[in-house]
Amino acid sequence: MSDAPAAQSPWQTVTITRIQKRTPRVTSFFLQPSRPFVYHAGQHVDVRLTAPDGYQARRSYSIASAPETGETIELAIEKLEDGEVSPFFHEIAAVGDEVELRGPLGGHFVWSDGDGGPLLLVGGGSGVVPLMSMVRHRAMRGSLVAATLVFSARVWDEVIFRDELIDLAERRDGFDLVLTLTREPARRPADHARRVDAAMMVQAMTRLPAPPKLAFVCGSNAFVTAAAEALIDAGVPAALIRTERYGV
Amino acid sequence: MVTRGFSSGRKPPTDTDARIPPGQYLEQGFPVLSAGPTPHVRTEDWSFTLKHGPRPIKKWNWAEFNALPLTKMTRDIHCVTAWTKFDTAWQGVLVDDILADAGIEPPTAFTLALGFDGYSTNVPTKDLTGGKAMVALLYEGKPITPDHGGPARLLVPHLYFWKSAKWLNGLQFTERDEPGFWELRGYHIYGDPWREQRYTNDP
Ligand SMILES: Cc1cc2nc3c(=O)[nH]c(=O)nc-3n(C[C@H](O)[C@H](O)[C@H](O)COP(=O)(O)OP(=O)(O)OC[C@H]3O[C@@H](n4cnc5c(N)ncnc54)[C@H](O)[C@@H]3O)c2cc1C
Repeated sequence: MSDAPAAQSPWQTVTITRIQKRTPRVTSFFLQPSRPFVYHAGQHVDVRLTAPDGYQARRSYSIASAPETGETIELAIEKLEDGEVSPFFHEIAAVGDEVELRGPLGGHFVWSDGDGGPLLLVGGGSGVVPLMSMVRHRAMRGSLVAATLVFSARVWDEVIFRDELIDLAERRDGFDLVLTLTREPARRPADHARRVDAAMMVQAMTRLPAPPKLAFVCGSNAFVTAAAEALIDAGVPAALIRTERYGV
Repeated sequence: MVTRGFSSGRKPPTDTDARIPPGQYLEQGFPVLSAGPTPHVRTEDWSFTLKHGPRPIKKWNWAEFNALPLTKMTRDIHCVTAWTKFDTAWQGVLVDDILADAGIEPPTAFTLALGFDGYSTNVPTKDLTGGKAMVALLYEGKPITPDHGGPARLLVPHLYFWKSAKWLNGLQFTERDEPGFWELRGYHIYGDPWREQRYTNDP
């Protein structure tokens, strides 16, 4: 018999404490960890679901909340038709349910206010999630690092965190929001109604006081490829561009 | 812990169980993951260098490298983001054949795979030799596209797929096991999918 403490599984049980619909296709799930959970803006977690016969499915989800928010972590999950895990969250998961989670994970697509800026954030659809964590972290720290978020969504009603982002931009504390809608006309003066391109990146950069120190790009593989190329064409050195691809 | 309301609708047929490592699921597509923009490396600009520490041992250009013996490898691959894809068909130059062309035996027990984008990943040398790994040039008979790491990527199919470095431009023998890009950022130093060595502290 050994006195050594039992090795702790890297998985922990988390409880769903709140569910909030964000857009027609994206819902936020607020999770209460059972063990201390310390993370950086931009990191993700792995979520694991287990069927009665032992079959397991796991997927990665970025953290939308800021490290300063407290114990609860927010995930914002888009429902993919015919998917396995995202429809489970949308159709079955309820407040009080438990799922397994491990993390935080990822040490590259992260930003803390101490890393400085200016920052150029480019998100497509649910790819805004880790960027939202950075934007919230920046705001909660009272950071004055200049940051522009270019956020591409299909339509106005699919702009995840829209009201919160617009409120943050209206503080005029160095955070700036550029929305681009791919299937609807633009609504706000500085917004666009097309897919991201180099001209849009050039314009977004003119709103920063200096060239970006770091650019973060997140979304589907196709979006990240297009946006990263737009940034390079706009003159951002490849070495400053960090990407997170959701794979599909 | 059983998740309330979750059922195993996607459970793969049991005859494939033995091919799916723990925590992985079967994927039909070929997802793309990488840390930065996709470099577009022209074959005219491509080269591959074998190094011992900082010292170059031998360097090949695209034509010279393509003149080395080509080997076919059809293998299951396992990505740390939990997908497994069966029977991916590659063609390329075995690391054994690269060493033979350079006329050397592996000088050290550890290797760093180096990419044009500055990416690196560490693999023990014995995991690269003995027919276990190649520098792949073709996927399903066609040149590897830039988003999948073309013109040339490492293929070490028995380790998690981040070890199969994209946009490869060299292998560097090192005296010690030096963590590469992802290994410095929380991923496992070795990355055996059958032991589920995903992250730094996994046993
Ligand atoms: C680092 C990282 C962070 C991420 N962060 C987020 C995030 O914040 N929010 C978010 O919403 N997503 C995020 N994702 C994506 C997420 O991990 C899942 O890929 C996504 O939720 C889809 O999972 P799913 O199980 O619902 O769909 P899957 O079952 O994986 O299927 C995906 C699509 O492929 C099709 N498909 C694939 N295989 C089959 C099959 N056998 N049968 C039927 N259909 C199939 C489905 O139609 C579906 O549309 C992230 C991914 C990564 C890698």
